[in-house]
Amino acid sequence: MLSLESITNSIHAWLNNTFNPTLALLLEFVIVGTCAIGLFTVLGLVLVLMERKVSAYMQIRLGPNRVGYGGSMQTLADTLKLAVKEGLTPDGADKFLFNLAPFIVIIISMLILAPIPFAKGFQIWDMNIGVLYVSAVSSVSVIGILMAGWASNNKYSLLGAMRSGAQIVSYELSAGLSILSIIVLTGSLKISDIIASQENGWWIFKGHIPAVIAFVIFIIAVTAETNRAPFDLAEAESELTAGFHTEYSGMKFALFFLAEYVNIFIACSLGAILFLGGWMPLHIGNWSGFNHIMDFIPSSIWFISKVFFLIFVIMWFRWTFPRLRVDQLLNLEWKYLLPISMFNLLLMTLVAIMGWHF
Amino acid sequence: MYRETQILKAVPSNIANDFDDNNEMIINVGPQHPSTHGVLHLVITLSGETIKNVEPHLGYIHRSIEKMCESLSYRQFIYVTSRMDYLSSHINNHGCALCVEKGLQIEVPARAKVIRVLMDELTRLASHQLWWGAMAMDVGALTPFFHAFRERETINDIMEETCGARLTMNYMVPGGVMVDLHPNFQTKTKEFIALFKSKIDEYDELVTGNIIFQNRMKDVGVLSKEDAISYGCTGPTARASSVSCDIRKLYPYEVYNQLQFDEVIETGGDCYSRYLVRMREMRQSLSIVEQLIDNIPEGEFQAKTKAVLKLPKGEFYSRIETARGEFGVYIISEGATTPYRIKFRSPGFSNLSALNHMAKGYKIGDLVAIMGSLDLVIPDIDR
Repeated sequence: MLSLESITNSIHAWLNNTFNPTLALLLEFVIVGTCAIGLFTVLGLVLVLMERKVSAYMQIRLGPNRVGYGGSMQTLADTLKLAVKEGLTPDGADKFLFNLAPFIVIIISMLILAPIPFAKGFQIWDMNIGVLYVSAVSSVSVIGILMAGWASNNKYSLLGAMRSGAQIVSYELSAGLSILSIIVLTGSLKISDIIASQENGWWIFKGHIPAVIAFVIFIIAVTAETNRAPFDLAEAESELTAGFHTEYSGMKFALFFLAEYVNIFIACSLGAILFLGGWMPLHIGNWSGFNHIMDFIPSSIWFISKVFFLIFVIMWFRWTFPRLRVDQLLNLEWKYLLPISMFNLLLMTLVAIMGWHF
Repeated sequence: MYRETQILKAVPSNIANDFDDNNEMIINVGPQHPSTHGVLHLVITLSGETIKNVEPHLGYIHRSIEKMCESLSYRQFIYVTSRMDYLSSHINNHGCALCVEKGLQIEVPARAKVIRVLMDELTRLASHQLWWGAMAMDVGALTPFFHAFRERETINDIMEETCGARLTMNYMVPGGVMVDLHPNFQTKTKEFIALFKSKIDEYDELVTGNIIFQNRMKDVGVLSKEDAISYGCTGPTARASSVSCDIRKLYPYEVYNQLQFDEVIETGGDCYSRYLVRMREMRQSLSIVEQLIDNIPEGEFQAKTKAVLKLPKGEFYSRIETARGEFGVYIISEGATTPYRIKFRSPGFSNLSALNHMAKGYKIGDLVAIMGSLDLVIPDIDR
């Protein structure tokens, strides 16, 4: 069967046979870089359209429906508009930091793409600290946001950036702890190992109640970490107009916008990898017939559909819930989520030691 | 004494210089801001996220309506008042018509009275629906806004058929209403009642019961009964602080004394009480419309009046309950065809004056929720 793994392997073999190893490696860099940037753009376009369609569906509207079939080209047109717009730098802004901030945010989103396996064997870099790498690098993006907020010389931006700083740093903790509770079960930080350990069942089914609790906490924490409603205090349209990117326009704004959606994608793919088995098909015990049929669905489709399901859930949150207040947001993290996830981690460790999981 | 606040300089400056000695930051909210619902300008003093002082600045949409009215005849000036509180334009018109009728001692026909009350209550419903959507939007839920507009559209359609307009209706005239009801009015209104009865439960399900929403609203912007009275608050804002101030009950006009409805009073005084008062008021208005829709008496819709109205020399005052509170019309007449002086008492202005008292010590997010719960319409405040 044609799979993405065989394509990557054949390209790798062909390059190594045709060129000398150094040149082949360089060419692979170029190919991977182009693919990553291409994927980035496509993801941005698809997710923005999806958000608009989902919100339209929830708000009894049609959503974009003029450009392209069913509005499919709408985001492309919008991006084109943003690209030709003037990128203003306000007077009194710290010009260097102001222009640097969107690039930091976008570069970090691109970096985290590295260990995400889009299909079986289709992964840029399967490093041995994969999950740790994702959570470490993703927390750097707060620097870009703080930078944008401070350098804009705008009070709304400043307030938004400060909120965002407090929020991302806090929610990193419970996201990290819920990731850890799966690591306890797998015993490896390597993403391919984590996925391989779910061959006969996903962790959300195998890990009893602690896994479900960890999953719920993880989804809440990543919603907060990506600054999405109901935790979108950094942007808080009705309070701070647009928060940290109030002063940004044109392509610089587009970079923030794109980074937000790619971050959602990455957070949801991490959720899918840890709890829903990544690209692993759904297998139920010893129903060999059922399992066999599920194996026929390509692994890339499994992965993408799991990720998009999680993204839909996060979008659903956004268009349903009101926004929390800043002190309630921190209360929720420090008084509820953090103790629960700490206790949950202990429980999970107990489950792992006693071998109670399936 | 009036003191010009320190409004920030337009010249580029560094944020760091805008902090004063107490580490407080002054920030302008508005006149262009998504949650001021118009061109209201608030100068806020912040310490971190906590509000130290809120100072509203008016004048951005001042059209000197009171002065304009002095050069308009007693028939004409009513139309200008639709542009004040544009969400309860029927009720504004009604209040002015009442004042002129009081001066001229015109007896309004029974049919016109009922039509007026029906229109007032439909307006109140439409206004509260829009408020509900905007309130939810202020606390960050964007979807209810569209649901609210879906039902408001039905009322607008009813209005459009009878009055020919959807927003500034100009339907009430001294002596009755301008034209008779559209033949479809009764059926369409009944359809709306049936529709909205199920939808209002949906509203409760979507927003009222939401735990985040309740946390955002409860114990926020508390206004005590004494403060509500001393700031001159009226309408749902005051009734949420257990002040009985419903003009429809206290000084009944038209047919309100023959109707079965409750004055909605809550005791909390916080944003959530104000929210509940309006939600319950919607049900009351719905019941009033239901009581009247089958009992519209036959007859004239307008009393016979002279072509040129001249109020006798003297002072006249009438009051009416709009969706936001007490709307007063004060006319001084010198016996001419135009008023000598007109003063409107708009509910929003007094309610806004309590904003500083309510918002002090709360967070920025709360300020937005408080403003939402006051249901401000800026052209009403800034005439």
